[in-house]
Amino acid sequence: MTEAVLVLEDGRVFRGESFGAIGETIGEIVFSTGMTGYQETLTDPSYKGQIVAMTAPHIGNTGVNDEDFESRRIWVDGYVVRDPARVRSSWRANRSLDDELSAQGVVGISGVDTRALTRHLRERGSMRGAISSSSADVESLLARVNAAPTMKGASFLADVTTEQTYVVPAVGEKRFTVAAIDLGIKGMTPRRMAERGIEVHVMPATSTFEEVAAVAPDGVFMSNGPGDPAAADHAVALLKQVLAAGIPYFGICLGNQIFGRALDRGTYKLVYGHRGINQPVQDLTTGKVEITAHNHGFAVDAPLAGQFDTPFGPGRVTHVCLNDDVVEGLALLDQPAFSVQYHPEAAAGPHDAAYLFDRFVELMQTDKTGADVQAGA
Amino acid sequence: MPKRTDIKSVLVIGSGPIVIGQACEFDYSGTQACRVLREEGIRVILINSNPATIMTDPEFADATYVEPITPEFVEKVIAKERPDALLATLGGQTALNAAIQMHDAGVLKKYDVELIGASIDAIQKGENRESFKEVVATLPPEWGAESANSVICHTMQECLDGVEGLGGYPVVVRPSFTMGGSGSGLAYDEADLHRIAGSGLALSPTTEVLLEESILGWKEYELEVMRDTADNVVIVCSIENFDPMGVHTGDSITVAPAMTLTDVEYQRLRDISIGIIREVGVDTGGCNIQFAVNPEDGRIVVIEMNPRVSRSSALASKATGFPIAKIAAKVAIGYTLDEIPNDITAKTPASFEPTLDYVVVKVPRFAFEKFPAADPTLTTHMKSVGEAMAIGRNFTEALQKALRSLERPEAVFDWSKTWVELDKQTLLEQVAVPHDGRIKKVMDAIRAGATPEEIFDATKIDPWFVDQLALINEIAVDLIDAPELSPSLLRRAKRHGFSDVQLGRIRGMSEDVVRGVRHALGVRPVYKTVDTCAAEFAATTPYHYSSYDEETEVAPRTRPAVLILGSGPNRIGQGIEFDYSCVHAAMALSDAPNGLGGYETIMVNCNPETVSTDYDTADRLYFEPLTLEDVLEIVHAEQQAGPVAGVIVQLGGQTPLGLAAGLEAAGVPIVGTQPAAIELAEERGAFARVLAEAGLVAPKNGMATTFDHAKEIADEIGYPVLVRPSYVLGGRGMEIVYDEETLADYIGRATEISPDRPVLVDRFLDDAIEIDVDALYDGHELFLGGVMEHIEEAGVHSGDSACALPPITLGDLEIQRIREATEAIAHGVGVRGLVNIQFALSSDILYVIEANPRASRTVPFVSKATATKLAKAAARLMLGETIAELRAAGALPATGDGGRLPDNAPIAVKEAVMPFNRFRTYEGTYVDTLLGPEMRSTGEVMGFDAGFGQAFAKSQAGAQNGLPTSGKVFVSVANRDKRHMIFPVKRLADLGFEILATSGTAVVLARNGVKATVIRKLNEEPLDGQVRSTIVEKIHDQDVQLIINTPHGVTSGGSPRIDGYEIRTAAVAEGIPCITTVQGLAAAVQGIEALIEGSIGVTSLQDWGRIVTEARG
Repeated sequence: MTEAVLVLEDGRVFRGESFGAIGETIGEIVFSTGMTGYQETLTDPSYKGQIVAMTAPHIGNTGVNDEDFESRRIWVDGYVVRDPARVRSSWRANRSLDDELSAQGVVGISGVDTRALTRHLRERGSMRGAISSSSADVESLLARVNAAPTMKGASFLADVTTEQTYVVPAVGEKRFTVAAIDLGIKGMTPRRMAERGIEVHVMPATSTFEEVAAVAPDGVFMSNGPGDPAAADHAVALLKQVLAAGIPYFGICLGNQIFGRALDRGTYKLVYGHRGINQPVQDLTTGKVEITAHNHGFAVDAPLAGQFDTPFGPGRVTHVCLNDDVVEGLALLDQPAFSVQYHPEAAAGPHDAAYLFDRFVELMQTDKTGADVQAGA
Repeated sequence: MPKRTDIKSVLVIGSGPIVIGQACEFDYSGTQACRVLREEGIRVILINSNPATIMTDPEFADATYVEPITPEFVEKVIAKERPDALLATLGGQTALNAAIQMHDAGVLKKYDVELIGASIDAIQKGENRESFKEVVATLPPEWGAESANSVICHTMQECLDGVEGLGGYPVVVRPSFTMGGSGSGLAYDEADLHRIAGSGLALSPTTEVLLEESILGWKEYELEVMRDTADNVVIVCSIENFDPMGVHTGDSITVAPAMTLTDVEYQRLRDISIGIIREVGVDTGGCNIQFAVNPEDGRIVVIEMNPRVSRSSALASKATGFPIAKIAAKVAIGYTLDEIPNDITAKTPASFEPTLDYVVVKVPRFAFEKFPAADPTLTTHMKSVGEAMAIGRNFTEALQKALRSLERPEAVFDWSKTWVELDKQTLLEQVAVPHDGRIKKVMDAIRAGATPEEIFDATKIDPWFVDQLALINEIAVDLIDAPELSPSLLRRAKRHGFSDVQLGRIRGMSEDVVRGVRHALGVRPVYKTVDTCAAEFAATTPYHYSSYDEETEVAPRTRPAVLILGSGPNRIGQGIEFDYSCVHAAMALSDAPNGLGGYETIMVNCNPETVSTDYDTADRLYFEPLTLEDVLEIVHAEQQAGPVAGVIVQLGGQTPLGLAAGLEAAGVPIVGTQPAAIELAEERGAFARVLAEAGLVAPKNGMATTFDHAKEIADEIGYPVLVRPSYVLGGRGMEIVYDEETLADYIGRATEISPDRPVLVDRFLDDAIEIDVDALYDGHELFLGGVMEHIEEAGVHSGDSACALPPITLGDLEIQRIREATEAIAHGVGVRGLVNIQFALSSDILYVIEANPRASRTVPFVSKATATKLAKAAARLMLGETIAELRAAGALPATGDGGRLPDNAPIAVKEAVMPFNRFRTYEGTYVDTLLGPEMRSTGEVMGFDAGFGQAFAKSQAGAQNGLPTSGKVFVSVANRDKRHMIFPVKRLADLGFEILATSGTAVVLARNGVKATVIRKLNEEPLDGQVRSTIVEKIHDQDVQLIINTPHGVTSGGSPRIDGYEIRTAAVAEGIPCITTVQGLAAAVQGIEALIEGSIGVTSLQDWGRIVTEARG
């Protein structure tokens, strides 16, 4: 048992035991309230740059399997738990979480009063912090934390995006081609699209409009991803070109924030973000409430009621989080483009919002039919 | 969608008496529903026969009918009140069945009553197994939801054929439309099948059972689902059973949230649950869905759904802070989830899914010690009588807290012996069969060296849970081996739920010393908050639990606090009645006139089924075990937060009373009757001196610490004698002993006998009238709450005997004697608050049997019967007000009391409800039904009407089997009872009943001019002129409508004479009323007369209250 320490930038210290790799790590400390799905959370690229604290006390009970990875590796920069499992119990488990964290060099801490930590972050906002199981020198650790960059203006796209375009083939008959810009895409997203007859071309974040147009997409998609949307200028410029070309668009998470920026809306950092799988979102177009998976520290600034002007005609907020009235979805009224801040692909999380992929299909279908009709005329 | 405006009045059906499988959780849900509906300006009409419920307090409904929940009476209420809608999804299976009966009989249509919550169609679809299977089959195949392979059977032959179709034994047998899995079981062979399916067919209202492939040993889960009219659906809670498939969920240790599912599997269960609630068509409200998951490959079998709020809903509500019943009532009248605020955060809506940052463990409490003949193996047929829940920041902490919450020393893990009694192999064999206390055996097996694999193979308990037990054991071993109790070791032990008592036993120290060391080292618990959201949002509701963690969340306060200690898990002898009193204290003290804006009421309890553990009953709630350690820590935490006026120990039954001395010794102020006074009443010698000073007599008695001593006392008093251990509630271990041999047998079985724990030997008063009194005393003045006359003679435990209030045969003079005796005892003992005294009147001598300086089981009954809130008044007396002040303030009647009721006051009859039909012997037969000094009832009903006959008839209809108005009566009585039965049996004959009797009884009847058909007993050969079939056969043929059978001779330890036993158990199996005392017979005759007259109506408590209040002037 190696002792470990968690130091926050405001000087609060939590002591515990090391979990996963031994070492030191610095990042933005955030908490996630999901009771299931730690494997998906750890491998979600949106967590790049962050140390994640789990509010659920028992983590690791079902071990790690080869099927539930959301990307090729673990992305969190540190992991804080209370009671890690000593054994794994699941017919699908291949190895233990502790071993997996160690193997991937993820520094974690266990035995922490994660509720006290969560309350601290809730009251004071997400902040930088460090875990160390290699040094007990809190003073110098704190100095390093305060010297570290903040999340504001941070970009990790180069770290998380794919180097090369790869294609996820449609399941069954191919109906559409989608260019998916990988800003840190989760594996479940192309799968959800593929299930609907979409051939998904997952492309690097640096892709140009010409490269996108080259795959002759029926629609363009922008994924979730880490960092400050204000720093994602390239993606915003790309999306503006896509919208100007009238190509149907669907965005998730960072893809929602990019969409917001492309529509000339600002983005801002939430005090402590939304990270969990129990968040109530209302679809303002139907009034229905869906329980959704969230992982976002930034949000789009837009009026909840009525329309707003954009370079592409009027837009509106389509979805809102009922907990705190944060904008959770946007759409253009005169053009086939929409996005949501949360995660319809779930993984982890409920499947209530899966209909959004159907909505994307419908947009592309309508667009295609319209184009065919025009071509025929 | 906002509230519907077309519903102006709603009839809410409660769940009736507490029975196994349906306990006070439905008081909790019904109370919430009534409260919500009234807040919405809807006229609430309530029917519930159970007087011990909070929901039947007159202020919770506009019209409260404490009437039997039978089709006849429900229709009478509907006809009288003409409600717009009927809400039946919050009163358990009883309410749901009543609603179905009302629908089937055309009553709902006739009176134009809309069923809200769930439609008849949805109820049928959800509850009928065949149509439910069809529902499951409609789900998308990729979700992988299956039903267990099964076959529906209506006859025994179909059952036999069915087993072959399923691929042989074992098979699960489940009767349709019964509650708590009543009548279900696992058949390993044909004999089992005959037994289980046979009674299942009889129990099912539709004569239908389902045979199912065995999925024994699979992981078991339950999801609580909530839906609104806009089709928004949320999962409130997931629950995982520690005990795998094969044990009824009510008897399983259960854990929330689910611990061993990945998100992929959990979301699949979630999708299936939502698909099912939509397909079944539960429009609004809560339901639960149970799953089995194969641990080998994840195959999912949907077991069943309840299209209503259930026991698990209560657990889920307490486990998450999401008030399912309240929300269910709101969505039933049209609100959508997003329109309803989450009470706990006040800012976020109810349309979300609670997330937990703690672990909840529920453990069942059994009562097998009350039914020594019953088979304690746990099956799909629920047998537990109560449960305790605990919350901790991890599983080990929650589990150990839950086990100590059971208040059974033997339930807690114990390492005081350094060896395990049994070898590994024997232990593995024992743990393979689920039984009460299995988890301790599993721990023993771990100690005996069993590997996790061996334990999983034997029990199928998930390896993660097994490892958690191993972790607890490793810590215990470290504690045993450590040279001293180091701070880090102590912290680690506390973090995993070890109590001071456990640590003391391991280290050979007293609990106090451990606590002293712990406090010296600064190792104390912190208090966290149940907030539905894992601290994502600030909580406004102080619903706390302890944990050994870093940061505490108890808020400072200015008003003085009063801690109310609850009654813990339900058990026979201590249940909802005590919760009722605790809830009343909380209501009374929050705004008591203390010049400080009332008291801050703080409830401490660990029973998730109760109203007291609703987060808005008291100002603060601590969901904690009721042990000295846990209560002292709460007191300490609250003393840090503000002034503490004191602790109330006299309302929650024996549990808090047992803590009084320890609390006082630790310097905690007890309000009301002081611990010394409690001791005075409970300690025999001291109490005898109180009686002597007051010139009162007790039946001759003595206290023995050995058999020889007991024999000496018995010889002096003369047999029969009543023997019992000291310090017990509900007459545990009490028996009537007729001779020396049985006395020796009793002492042999009372293993706990010692100089500290003597056995009491009392003269048994044959043929005495037993009288129960509840009274308030403030040190100067007595308020006689009520005088109850038992219908059965002394010797039957007061909790099991029916009683009438006002007393039906006592005159003013006798009541005056009782009043004086009560006052003398209350004064002599030093009561401040409530006192309950039992008297026996024999040969015109008033004997004092016992005095309990606390709230009794009958407080709610008396309060309702006399329209007086005794518990509320008691709470205020305890904090210093006087009876005169309470009278002046309107908290008690200005004049008179329960001993002086107006002449036109109604008669209330309390009847006990027995659980005999839940228990089987090892041979598979029912356990015997005789009443005795050991309390065995689980609940009670009240019959309320202008006359005794009507009230008694209602009490019988409400309790279980209503009295017949025609047909055949079978009479077989003991010799000593023959004189007393002649007149009532003659009256039954005059009323048109055909009399059947055993030969001896028939002869006596014939001599008295009553013609009786002689019927053969089980062991008699048929003679000329006798009916060929035996009485037992006739009972099974439903060819008898009423049975009168008093015990022949001695009964002891569950081994009564055989023929009477066969008759009584057959009556239980067939649901035929069976009267076992002559006094009960006389009362039944009066009831039958009233029924035949046809004059029985329904009157609300509010109307009765007005009559009584006006008459009082």
